[in-house]
Amino acid sequence: MGAFFRVAWHVMRKDMTVEIRSREILFTTVLFAVSVVLIFSFAIVREGRAPDDVAAGILWVAISFAGTLAMGRTFERERYNDTLRALILAPADRPAIYMGKLLGLLLLMALVEIILLPLVGLLFSAPIFAYPIMLSMLLAAGTLGFAAVGTLFAAMLVRVRSRDTLLPVLLYPITIPVMIAGVRGTAALFQAAPDEPMARFWIGLLVFWDAIFVTLALWTFEPVMTE
Amino acid sequence: MRKLTTPFIALSAAMLLAAPWIINAAPYESTMGLVQKVFYFHFPSAILFLVSSVICGIHSFRFLFLKRQSADAWALSAAELGLLFGALTLVTGPLWARKAWGVWWVWDPRLTSSLLLFLIFAAYLMLRQYGGPGSDRLAAGMALFGMLNVPFIYVSVNVWRTLHPMTSVVPTLPTDMGIPLWFCFTAFTMLFIALLTLRATLEHQRARVEALYLAEDEG
Repeated sequence: MGAFFRVAWHVMRKDMTVEIRSREILFTTVLFAVSVVLIFSFAIVREGRAPDDVAAGILWVAISFAGTLAMGRTFERERYNDTLRALILAPADRPAIYMGKLLGLLLLMALVEIILLPLVGLLFSAPIFAYPIMLSMLLAAGTLGFAAVGTLFAAMLVRVRSRDTLLPVLLYPITIPVMIAGVRGTAALFQAAPDEPMARFWIGLLVFWDAIFVTLALWTFEPVMTE
Repeated sequence: MRKLTTPFIALSAAMLLAAPWIINAAPYESTMGLVQKVFYFHFPSAILFLVSSVICGIHSFRFLFLKRQSADAWALSAAELGLLFGALTLVTGPLWARKAWGVWWVWDPRLTSSLLLFLIFAAYLMLRQYGGPGSDRLAAGMALFGMLNVPFIYVSVNVWRTLHPMTSVVPTLPTDMGIPLWFCFTAFTMLFIALLTLRATLEHQRARVEALYLAEDEG
């Protein structure tokens, strides 16, 4: 078990080192997420005011769009430098490689969310500090479920020609349960009369989905990545 | 199995031809009137829609983890039939909804998740179509995740408040409505089995022809 996490740690550190030197994915993803929020504000705002209860939806749509961009790019880098084969050939558990990639993606998405959340709170006057722990649990669990499937699919599609278009087509229908739980739970916290038990129910459901998605992804990564 | 497909198709075709008369003979439902009769087609296609996703998932599992090469053809056939029966479900559903709820579509959990499953089948087939070499394994991985959505769909109707009739409606139907329903259900199931077998056989033969061509090129 120790070896598993050591490999995962090394893969994540490698990705983070590359990312810290270029900051390419982080900057493009953040900018993209902000643009998504902006586009939504144009679509939704009437007479200078956004309707109530849209903040949760906008937040999660921005997270999922930006996340798709980030996961596509992390594997694009491996393909471009032809290092994916080296990674697969490394004498390490394949699931550990997946775990490292997933952790790196989670870290990136967490950074994006740290910038995105105050922005949405500010622009759509959402009470983001009312339930900080539950809100961060929702975000963490939702992002994990989304990224767990996304990392697997992005890895699968690396060798496929039309990967950029296929990734969202495959990813969104599968992760809709996670999105529903994330949006409904966040909306329960953002609404005028916050509904704590409701948010707790959705957090529980998200954790349940996370467990299933991560287990299945760890399990599937090995046979799918074998050439 | 292959010998059975012709009588199977003949019988299910005959049953489906007879179905309009049997459905016509069933009594009118008091509130829904004529539109209720779409239910005799909606229910079997919806069930087979879910069944095909389970078949697709199980065979994808066999293909991916147990390395059964022939399982892939079954998974593909099940996915194609899933798309077909899903389309039937999604067309007949709104016809019923228009009369019952006054709108063609509501964002109710069960409707939403059926649309979702339909999209998953479409994405699966798209991956196989445009994925290039090796896409069979990738699609199998995708199908495993798609199968997870089935219990989500089934449970959603009982857990959340929903407009869609409960899953307990069917056993409580009066007999004269139950007979045409189960008649249609049997006919659709037989059609499903026949099409599934035929399609999988075709796919197996295609794979064999491809292997033979490859062998000839090498030899």
